[in-house]
Amino acid sequence: MGVAASALPMVFLAVFFVWPVANLIWRGLGDDISRLGEVLTGERFLRVIWFTLWQACASTALTAVIAAPLTWAIANRRFTGRRVARVLVTVPFVLPTVVVGGAFIAVMDRFGLNDGSLRLRHTVWAILIAHVFFNVAVVVRTVGGFWSQLDREQELAAQTLGATPWQAFREVTIPRLAPSVWSSLSIVFLFTFTSFAVVLLLGGPRRSTIETEIYRWAVTRGDISTAAALSVVQIAAVVALVALNQWLQGGVAATSSLLGDRAIAAKGRRQRVAVAAAVGGTGLFLAVPVVVLIERSLRLGGNLTFENYLSLGDRVRLLPVSALDAVANSLLFGLAAAGIALVIGGMGAIAVVHGTGAIRHMLSVGLLLPLGTSAVTLGFGVLITLDKGWLDLRSSWWIIPITQGLIGIPFVVRAVVPVMRAIDPSMREAAAVLGASPRQVRREIDLRIGTRALVTGVGFAFAISLGEFGATSFVGRSPDQLTVPLAIERLLGTPGDLLRGQAMALSVILMVVTAAVVLVGDRVHPGDGGVL
Amino acid sequence: MKNLFRLFAIICALVVFTVSCASSDESPSVVAADDAPPLEVTDNDNCPTLTLATHDSFFVSDGVFDTFTADTCIKVKQVAAGDAGQMVSAAALTVDNPTADVMFGIDNTFLQRGLDAELFQPYQSELLSTVPEALQLDPEYRVTPIDYGDVCANYWIDALPGAAPSTLDDLIDPTNANQFVTQNPETSSPGFAFLLATIARYGDGWPDYWQALVDNGVSITAGWEDAYYGEFIAGGGDRSIVMSYASSPPAEVIFADPPIDAPPTGVLFDSCFRQIEFAGVLAGTENPIAAGQLIDFMLGTTFQQDIPLNMFVYPANSDAQLPETFENFGALADEPLTMTPAEIEANREAWTEQWVEIVLS
Repeated sequence: MGVAASALPMVFLAVFFVWPVANLIWRGLGDDISRLGEVLTGERFLRVIWFTLWQACASTALTAVIAAPLTWAIANRRFTGRRVARVLVTVPFVLPTVVVGGAFIAVMDRFGLNDGSLRLRHTVWAILIAHVFFNVAVVVRTVGGFWSQLDREQELAAQTLGATPWQAFREVTIPRLAPSVWSSLSIVFLFTFTSFAVVLLLGGPRRSTIETEIYRWAVTRGDISTAAALSVVQIAAVVALVALNQWLQGGVAATSSLLGDRAIAAKGRRQRVAVAAAVGGTGLFLAVPVVVLIERSLRLGGNLTFENYLSLGDRVRLLPVSALDAVANSLLFGLAAAGIALVIGGMGAIAVVHGTGAIRHMLSVGLLLPLGTSAVTLGFGVLITLDKGWLDLRSSWWIIPITQGLIGIPFVVRAVVPVMRAIDPSMREAAAVLGASPRQVRREIDLRIGTRALVTGVGFAFAISLGEFGATSFVGRSPDQLTVPLAIERLLGTPGDLLRGQAMALSVILMVVTAAVVLVGDRVHPGDGGVL
Repeated sequence: MKNLFRLFAIICALVVFTVSCASSDESPSVVAADDAPPLEVTDNDNCPTLTLATHDSFFVSDGVFDTFTADTCIKVKQVAAGDAGQMVSAAALTVDNPTADVMFGIDNTFLQRGLDAELFQPYQSELLSTVPEALQLDPEYRVTPIDYGDVCANYWIDALPGAAPSTLDDLIDPTNANQFVTQNPETSSPGFAFLLATIARYGDGWPDYWQALVDNGVSITAGWEDAYYGEFIAGGGDRSIVMSYASSPPAEVIFADPPIDAPPTGVLFDSCFRQIEFAGVLAGTENPIAAGQLIDFMLGTTFQQDIPLNMFVYPANSDAQLPETFENFGALADEPLTMTPAEIEANREAWTEQWVEIVLS
């Protein structure tokens, strides 16, 4: 079964990722490999590589810390607005960086954080905070989903045997959560490792990462050799770190009894306060920029009005199609990308869990790689590789969801694998002993337990597609294929209050649409008995 | 597990459905093209379709190319992929197997790279006689000028600490300390144009000018948006002078709500660098004659008069009429700063490296 399931993901990855990227690197370094040596020894390059690594590590650690309280609350306690909170954390994911950057700066201005020693703008802190803002959802939804399904018997047993709640948490819960935590943090790491617009817009002109350097060399300077050398470094670093992550994870794989939602109602004043603090703290952090954005979308010429929204129905000047058509386009691409991520990511997850030896490891690392690879490398690679016969996808509609799907697949794999690995074989056996048919066992156990993770992953793939602006910008698009992020970018590219207001309104619509789709997705739980 | 496969099957069906939706989305536009006015050329089957590669900022009014299709029976498919730098770099990578027949939007700062990569084949349009000599940068006619504009500092009239700046030297005057925001030349095309403007003006003395700008508190952003909407007064920032375009004031009027009579911004004409955008027939096209016809069309008055209000630049064809807002509030520098494409390409790396040393270290 693992072998069968691995075929399609292997072919997909080989054709749409490995081949284009390898081809571009060959084009850049095939004649002259010496550039790679220069990159690895040049002082400026080494500084860039070092900064890329440490800001990604710091962003990931900070994300874990900020996300932890909300993850705990959502996984363990039932409270009013729990489902909504689970959905709303996804919203930052799709917001264009230009818009979020502007909102952040406005917030900083309002609290006087842009001057003197408190200056946040153009510091590394601005990068880290923005990365946390964008990525909290990955931890909250992936780990929170896993945790809420974890049975509490082992903790209770430990406490019965005399452990304090903290000891039980540290000795029993954390090791069981580890696979899911590692999974989600590896995604966050790769996401921040290759972050582009956040570094440019918030980090200021003095900071560059491998990703921004690849763009600078390949696009601004037209030097493909140096860009290819940097890509090699980037991919090698990602492979090394992912392998290290797998190795660390290997030691902690443990089966647990995963069930439906096990959260319990918050009882007593102390617990309610704890939940409120956990939700309110992280929530406030995520909400402030969003509130600023909403306020901006309602402002026109000093007044509060819905004018910016109303005018979106008409064809906006400077956009080839109406803003609503752009929303429809984005939804269409998002659906296709999510479909690809579901099929390839789902099969990939099965192959990683049930597959054997080399194939399993290759897929486990390989399916993560697109997330850690420069959009320039992939975009240009596709241009020079998928250019013949029926594979000439360079100006085809399809290349957009395929590229976005590649980036969404890791989210599916990383959400599903820990859950499937954790299914205790004895649960299946017990169900069979109690008289369940093999079909019932699969439906009641595998599907019921795995679906939530699958839905979480696919939801991210969809959200990524809605907000994606990197690799797809290299793909030729006809004007009527305008997507929402492109429309926002274009509206913000010309002076005028009207255009700016419409860009803000469009960003809010993007948020609302995302939230609505994720909300619907969260409710699709076959046999899940309506929990969460 | 079978259930998971069933789920996949459902999603596969969904994807197929999505695709069929997409293709049915496409068909109306094909029909629309057929609905165009009757073609003069009856030989329909031989009507070629040209692909026009552009940057993301390319935009024309609905149906502008329909006139062209009606006159010549040639259809035009627009494809945009990234900014001008992405477009030129991508074309250089695919020069043996181009994705398009004609490229629009390569400007004088990237032109030499395109010429060096042998992207274009010559085409000499008869309409070049309407184009000022100063815009015609390639004597071999590999590219044809289509539009031009000036990249200039703008100031917010009501927020200046002193008199309106009128020269580049005013930007280093202590009166305007901490007032000026421009863009990183490595990541922004107006930022690069301003660096070229200072080099064109001060020659070897440009590093001193930039040192003076740094001492006077210049702010650097990654791109135009975060300068204009982030730090400039227009977006709620506190700086009164920003690197933008000579056509930004008319845009402020056209896209104001409620309407305003005059722009809130003015242009520092002494800082202007001229940017010229070209179109060229891509080498390797199967339809060189049709591609030449498209160049002619883009230089004709129908297309040229559509340019200003969509792309906020000026038509290259001097016979083209300008819209009223441009006549009233738009202006071009009388003597913009310029530099040859060859000089720009030869020094780009050295200059930007030196700029980084001075400004960012």
